[in-house]
Amino acid sequence: MSGAEFDVAKVRADFPILAQEVRGRPLVYLDSAASAQKPQAVIDAISRFYTHDNANVHRGVHTLSERATAAFESAREKVARFLHAKSDKEIVFVRGTTEAINLVAQTFGRKNVGPGDEVLITALEHHANIVPWQMLCEQVGAKLKQLPVDTHGDLVLDRLDELLTPRTRILAVTHVSNALGTVVPVKELIRRAHARGVPVLVDGAQSVTHFPVDVVDLDCDFYAFSGHKLFGPMGIGVLYGKKERLESMPPYQGGGDMILSVTMEKTLYNRVPYRFEAGTPDVAGAVGLGAAIDYLERVGLEAIAAHDRALLAYAEQVLGSVPGLRILGQGRERSGVVSFVMEDIHPHDVGTILDREGVAVRTGHHCAQPLMQCFGVAATVRASMALYNTREDVDALVRGLHKVREVFA
Amino acid sequence: MSSDLQDLYQEVVLDHGKRPRNFREVEGANHRAQGYNPLCGDQLTVTIKVEGGVIRDIGFQGQGCAISRASASLMTGAVKDRTREEAEQLFEQVHKLVTEGPAEVDTEALGKLAVLSGVSEFPARVKCASLAWHTLRAALRGEAEPISTE
Repeated sequence: MSGAEFDVAKVRADFPILAQEVRGRPLVYLDSAASAQKPQAVIDAISRFYTHDNANVHRGVHTLSERATAAFESAREKVARFLHAKSDKEIVFVRGTTEAINLVAQTFGRKNVGPGDEVLITALEHHANIVPWQMLCEQVGAKLKQLPVDTHGDLVLDRLDELLTPRTRILAVTHVSNALGTVVPVKELIRRAHARGVPVLVDGAQSVTHFPVDVVDLDCDFYAFSGHKLFGPMGIGVLYGKKERLESMPPYQGGGDMILSVTMEKTLYNRVPYRFEAGTPDVAGAVGLGAAIDYLERVGLEAIAAHDRALLAYAEQVLGSVPGLRILGQGRERSGVVSFVMEDIHPHDVGTILDREGVAVRTGHHCAQPLMQCFGVAATVRASMALYNTREDVDALVRGLHKVREVFA
Repeated sequence: MSSDLQDLYQEVVLDHGKRPRNFREVEGANHRAQGYNPLCGDQLTVTIKVEGGVIRDIGFQGQGCAISRASASLMTGAVKDRTREEAEQLFEQVHKLVTEGPAEVDTEALGKLAVLSGVSEFPARVKCASLAWHTLRAALRGEAEPISTE
């Protein structure tokens, strides 16, 4: 990791998509929490792979297959290093966070959660960390419980110990709320869950993009994130699992690559992580994700974290000055997103007018409907920031919001 | 403001969005349906009293953006005292108006509903404008399942 000075203008130049106009105005992209833009280094890595190295992995003896396999496994090593995992064998490539959580629910969950058992989630979760557990609970006759959230958007940790019962088989919790930006003190939750013998899955979709994550320090059992939010390609994601956990789990999907040998009577499953990677993987996606990690490490993870923190603080400050605007989520620690509503103006109308000003934000329930219900709203406007965003972007958002107020005056 | 935004948020639309007409549950309603837009979480309920094949009273309730509220409000005014068949025909015309634009329909025959024409320039907002109408049709046809824009 370099300690070099963070130069946002230089960073922006690395992202070709940002140099365009939308509706005749410079693009202001404030929707990175939905999907982040890609640096040229990532685009080039994918292009290079398909131009020079493309072949199937883990089976050919020819040169291209060897190169493709090396590129794929090198990406796995980069991810392991990025998460500070003990071994690259703890890194499973999946399609994204959603698939990672479904994988754990349907393998670890099906094996360890039975009738009358409990799965604990929280009120901050994205649908991707709710629905797979609902499905599991329905399949095995277990109960889904949730740790509530307070009016600031912080989890009510005082309730944790009572909700961790002798029947709790797993705790699944987000690291950063995609809808409010609340940073969850997952290390403390993990410590308290482990004290009751409960393993923990962390949804890291919104965290890895903003600050360094160390899965060994957190001591989580599973950690999931998506490549496309980490400035990598769509269609690739990561499930980290402690090796002994992964080894105890049955396969997820059946097919090629996940086997050692197949006869019509019996199949011997491959070792981890390959046991969970049936079929031809998204090799170019993994290569692109590896390139994204290289890029972020070149820019400097600590420098990015400092930039993101400062920009969020600025955004919260200037948005607070817009009349009739209410920010949702004033948790103790926040990251990456600011979610708000405007008095008597629906978020969709805000989003449409902002788009005409060249400003891209997300409007809606952010796939977190139970959380929205906690705050008594159906939808919010969400501005999310990344390393390439500037104070000028935030100022353009504020100008756009004044325009919204004019239209609805 | 850009001209397409002006077309979308016309005075009449803003007025009906802010102060929707017939924003109530119809007493003695014999048709009812719920509409739901999973993209934004908006939902509305349409209640109708039909007598002798004619819509005698209609109301809507729920939450939504300015476009969906205005469309619902204008709809209640437009279909009142019309037959079910006429209401279904209006549905077709409004649907065409918001998806294909004013050139494709007889806007004079649509009356006030013509102010919804600006929606056709905003594909992401078509579902906002059509939710109430889909719900109306479901209510008239007596479909039991909640209607979704998806």
